[in-house]
Amino acid sequence: MSQNQGMPFWMNAILLPFLNLVTAFIAIGVIFLVIGVDPIEATKILVLGAFGYEEGIGFMLYYTTNFIFTGLAVAVAFHAGLFNIGGEGQAYIGGLGAGLACLTLGQWLPGLLIIPIAIVASAVFGAAWAYIPAVLQAYRGSHIVITTIMFNYLAAALMVYLMVNVIREPGQMTPQSAEFDQSMWLPSMHGLLANFGIEIESSPLNISLFIALLAALFVWLFIWHTRWGYQLRTTGSNARAAVYAGIKPSKMIVLSMLVSGGLAGMVGINEILGVNHRLLLDFHMGYGFAGIAVALMGRNHPVGIIIASLLFGILYQGGAELAFEMSGITRDIVVVMQGLVILFSGALEFLYKPWLMKLYLSVSGSSTAQEYA
Amino acid sequence: MQTSMAIELTDVSKHFGAVRANDNVSLSVEAGTIHGIVGENGAGKSTLMSILYGFYQYDKGHIKVFGKDSNFQNSREALAAGIGMVHQHFMLVEPFTVLENVMLGNEGGKLLKEGRDHARKELTRLADEYGLSVDIDARVSSLSVGRQQRVEILKALYRGAKILILDEPTGVLTPQETTELFRILNALKEQGVTIILITHKLQEIMAVTDNVSVMRAGKMVAHRRTAETSKADIAELMVGRKVLLQVDKDDATVGKPLIIVKNLTVKDDLGVERVKNISFEVRAGEVVGIAGVSGNGQSQLLEALSGISRIHSGSIEINGTEVTRSKPVNPERMRELGLAHVPQDRHREGMVGTFSAYETAALGYHNDKDYNGRFMMSRRKVRDYCAKLMDAFDVRPRDPDLKSANFSGGNQQKLILAREFEQDPDILLIGQPTRGVDIGAIEFIHRRIIEMRDAGKAVLLVSVELEEIISVSDRVLVMCDGLITGEVPAAEADEKTLGLMMTSSSANNDASADAAIGKSEVSA
Repeated sequence: MSQNQGMPFWMNAILLPFLNLVTAFIAIGVIFLVIGVDPIEATKILVLGAFGYEEGIGFMLYYTTNFIFTGLAVAVAFHAGLFNIGGEGQAYIGGLGAGLACLTLGQWLPGLLIIPIAIVASAVFGAAWAYIPAVLQAYRGSHIVITTIMFNYLAAALMVYLMVNVIREPGQMTPQSAEFDQSMWLPSMHGLLANFGIEIESSPLNISLFIALLAALFVWLFIWHTRWGYQLRTTGSNARAAVYAGIKPSKMIVLSMLVSGGLAGMVGINEILGVNHRLLLDFHMGYGFAGIAVALMGRNHPVGIIIASLLFGILYQGGAELAFEMSGITRDIVVVMQGLVILFSGALEFLYKPWLMKLYLSVSGSSTAQEYA
Repeated sequence: MQTSMAIELTDVSKHFGAVRANDNVSLSVEAGTIHGIVGENGAGKSTLMSILYGFYQYDKGHIKVFGKDSNFQNSREALAAGIGMVHQHFMLVEPFTVLENVMLGNEGGKLLKEGRDHARKELTRLADEYGLSVDIDARVSSLSVGRQQRVEILKALYRGAKILILDEPTGVLTPQETTELFRILNALKEQGVTIILITHKLQEIMAVTDNVSVMRAGKMVAHRRTAETSKADIAELMVGRKVLLQVDKDDATVGKPLIIVKNLTVKDDLGVERVKNISFEVRAGEVVGIAGVSGNGQSQLLEALSGISRIHSGSIEINGTEVTRSKPVNPERMRELGLAHVPQDRHREGMVGTFSAYETAALGYHNDKDYNGRFMMSRRKVRDYCAKLMDAFDVRPRDPDLKSANFSGGNQQKLILAREFEQDPDILLIGQPTRGVDIGAIEFIHRRIIEMRDAGKAVLLVSVELEEIISVSDRVLVMCDGLITGEVPAAEADEKTLGLMMTSSSANNDASADAAIGKSEVSA
């Protein structure tokens, strides 16, 4: 009995997330009604805020870039059976790596050389921050969820210390470093397009977006088209089978967390090299955690993650616009909106699954073959 | 004929989507008899019993229990009508005592004590009446598997079961425990209890049932009086064609030893010795069978031989390479030495259920140069390779992209065997090759093992099926409690002597051994 059981791919990967999203928006609509905001009007502002003008689109894609990095990070760990909640801290430390590369090497090397070094540094620092929890999990059995979340706090404390005591620009009151030389800035999108004679409004969007898309391609190849990805997935799906096959699960845990941490660390490319051009506090806020929802919604597949990242980019940018435009909506309500989307597409991911499954079975006449022996 | 019928099913059908799990099934079970139901995996036995027990509701047909029309909506209703079920995997709470387990869901009274006193009295009465002695206050976790099964039976009786359904009850039992179970079943029958026995082991049908019904592909294909039929007859009805129950093979021509085990001791994760100072050899061109009740060190032996776990002391020589505690060899290196390993538990070790078949086909050989470049693994090449394996071992459906979990047990096993055999190893470790596999596929798998032997491979076969050990092996070693408690040429082995060696605790149960399962039919 080997009928294809369960739902077809499109139902699981497209219809289900869509229904979750619709539910989230209905819930948001109800909240808007309660606080006396017109949901239709709000939707209009949200969509126009993200798509209505060039700067909005730029902001939206800039947010998207960060989500792609952290979403991929969660997905890679997930394929090895690990729940990496530490994207937040890894992104923070990744940014530190990029910043340190610029600050320390900037005086000796040309910008063109510094940029690739800083990119690598962000990944290496992020990976290093994930390495310790990985080793603790692989060889000591400390649960990765606990250790990574603790490392988020460690990262935050470390950064405050460094920014206040070590890296702060001398003579300044704000805990931030000196601005990097312009030669080390990652080309912005409007600057890049201007070279080709295309004029767009300036926005934080920079070529990190392409790096993020390349990272997605890399993850796809790595997970499904290399033997390391194969071993990693085997470990994640069936650790005993991995041992049987001669794969060392501990090695795979470390490998996957290094890749995962590296990806999260690359948020630093966008934030530090692309936008802020200096080291500062809290540039990473929220992206690491949102990455969990992005990965869940994107079904841990790079293509899905890119789509989910876009959605979160829209929510971030449109939400900011909404808070700005409508008096009834504060920044907090926007956070609630994002929370509801995460709740319905992340935590309640399978809310409709049993129901949809039943519907599908009664319509298609496929079978739950496994149920009888 | 007006003998009272315990159960009458008329044209019962149940479908899941397009698949007809039960197609117009009719069945009559006389009260006070033991009725066997046999069929291959997927024939619909379990679905039918689940309907009887109220897990599923049937689409059409009629069910009468003791003459009364019934359509149970849940198992509570079935219980109320007197139907009890003993599942293949026990539904017991291990840290609880026997008494607590029996009471569970039936506590009665506001205070636990009232119910407990009542249950204790009732349970003692039942145990006496049916000859089911169990220590009522023992923790279930401390009981042997056979005893635990007894608790399950008591539980059903305590709830007033007049009809007892047993689903593959002997899978986990030793031959002696099986004999004891059959004694209990006969005693229950004497007391008027009706028993339905679901099994795929034909000798059990012959040994204990009065009537037998055969299912195939969701249909009831035959009803027979057990006394008027034979194993070969039933096997043919089950599969739909003639089946060779005995493996045809010539005498072995043995070569030099390829596995040499010397004073091997293996400990488990908790530091308990599971293999105790054993020595043996397996030579090229022979099949050595390891018989034993599962859990007596066979798994640890296989894990040590395949490089999965480290050995504690002693040594293993695999194809000329020595392995000791200080010189461990990992599974990957073992494969390079020409050792292939078909694991005992294919679901948990041999495959990854969520992987496509072609990904499972690369398990353990994922570094193979044939489909790996410097960085990239060619999925196309793995897929082609898997298609080749599927052709060679007749895996159905022949679809490398299908999820591994969606193949039937027999086809999963064939895929794993193909993966290991087609690497042309010198040494084969095979654990439980036919567990949960259809009769038709069993025949095929046994033939392939013999072919490997004839090609000069050294084969070590571990199985809990004595019949399989005896018919496939050339030599039989018996393991009990980590020791080798006997060695017999397969030609001289029979289930009774092996069964005694398997419990090693000498010959104090002559009586039960005498009744051992219908051996006379083995060579049908």
